[in-house]
Amino acid sequence: MPREPESTASAPDLRVQVWRGLAEGNFQTFAVPRRAHQTILDVVTEIQRDQDPTLSYRFACRVGMCGSCAMVVNGRPRWTCRTRVSEVADGDTLRLEPLRNFTVVKDLAVDMGAFFDKWRDAKGHFVSRETQDDFHIVPPSSPERRAADAGIDCIGCGVCHSACDVVAWNENYLGPAPLNRAWTLLNDVRDAGNDARIEAVSGSAGCHACHSHMNCTQFCPRGISPTYSIAGLKRAMMKRALGAKP
Amino acid sequence: MTAILFLAQRASAMVLALFVSVHLATIIYAVRGGLTAGEVLARTRENHLFFAFYLLFVLAVSVHAPIGLRNVIHEWTPWQGRSLDVVLALFSLMLLVMGVRAAVAVYLPPEVMFG
Amino acid sequence: MMRASNSQPGFVAALLHRLAGIALAVFLPLHFWALSGALNGADFLDKFLKVTDTPLVKCVELGIVLALALHLMLGLRVLAIEFLPVRERTRVAVSICLAAAFAVGLVFLLNVV
Repeated sequence: MPREPESTASAPDLRVQVWRGLAEGNFQTFAVPRRAHQTILDVVTEIQRDQDPTLSYRFACRVGMCGSCAMVVNGRPRWTCRTRVSEVADGDTLRLEPLRNFTVVKDLAVDMGAFFDKWRDAKGHFVSRETQDDFHIVPPSSPERRAADAGIDCIGCGVCHSACDVVAWNENYLGPAPLNRAWTLLNDVRDAGNDARIEAVSGSAGCHACHSHMNCTQFCPRGISPTYSIAGLKRAMMKRALGAKP
Repeated sequence: MTAILFLAQRASAMVLALFVSVHLATIIYAVRGGLTAGEVLARTRENHLFFAFYLLFVLAVSVHAPIGLRNVIHEWTPWQGRSLDVVLALFSLMLLVMGVRAAVAVYLPPEVMFG
Repeated sequence: MMRASNSQPGFVAALLHRLAGIALAVFLPLHFWALSGALNGADFLDKFLKVTDTPLVKCVELGIVLALALHLMLGLRVLAIEFLPVRERTRVAVSICLAAAFAVGLVFLLNVV
């Protein structure tokens, strides 16, 4: 097993407050030595392996590709594998919580089920045409393709869902990620499901509930701006209300 | 909120962006050196342009304000559904009637007054 | 759990926009009623204006003008987000809206006293 970098002995230990429990629970404080280039994921892993094996948390790739390690660090939703302790520590204190707006499974791990249900409810899946006469020609520089490209890097990590105030206020609100996906599909000229899709995002829990707080845009680790995707859905919805095909 | 209401809200907002700008400029100009009824009415009495402006202003506001309140009430209170929509429609009507009355009040010369 | 968003600029913008809108919706019927007083002659309107020429009322008027300017500026930001292809830097955009609204308020204040 690879050795940890030597602890920087001169610096005091980190005081790491970690959420334990479910929706009800408490913070447990651990002391973790500071190490060079330490990420939050390193800290959580060290706690779980060396101090308390009962701590539950998620990670997979460790390199900023999968989004599994998302949690709230000092009040902000982030990927812990891509967050250096040095950039977020409040003095020597770190506060780790599970993602907001998700049901807590245990400690730092949340249930993503409801999130993906909203993805489905927003019709965030490709619908193929019944018959195909020929290949679709999709120029990469076309406006639709560029609009879709701006949003397709989403890997469903849930950071935006955690950051969104409207998701916190309104349990029915579909949320930035599902709506962003709906927008990318709306712009996919191969897709045949746009009537149902616009219907789905126009409901009482749909795009018009977005008030452009921009938390999603601020925190998205992929640099996507769901606010602008949702603005696109608003325009599409209005066009349709006027009888025009968006 | 239905798509039509959302559309009406945004459309009236665009109209109001222009009208409110004009109105703010007018207010700032008008309050200089104190505000008197004589000054206000001298500007607006029998002024077709102001009259048309205020009528359209009132119309846009009668659309924009109730829809905005509907969003706020939906999100911040438990009230929703038919009863809320009816009350807000009445509020819209009230704004329209009172607003038109106000526009007429400052447009008509004294001899033609009513009510 | 997380309340950090309460101080985010986009949240502040949306909240101020909403509160200003509510204030305006409450004010408007009063405004229309006062103006309709002109139907009873210029004297009525003059009397009304004199009665309301107090520092307290001037403060309230400033508040209403600020509410209108705020609602306008922040509303323009919403329209820009929803209809224009430019992307905003939220902190900057909100600051500009607030500054413009307060500038209008200041100009009103300087002209009304």
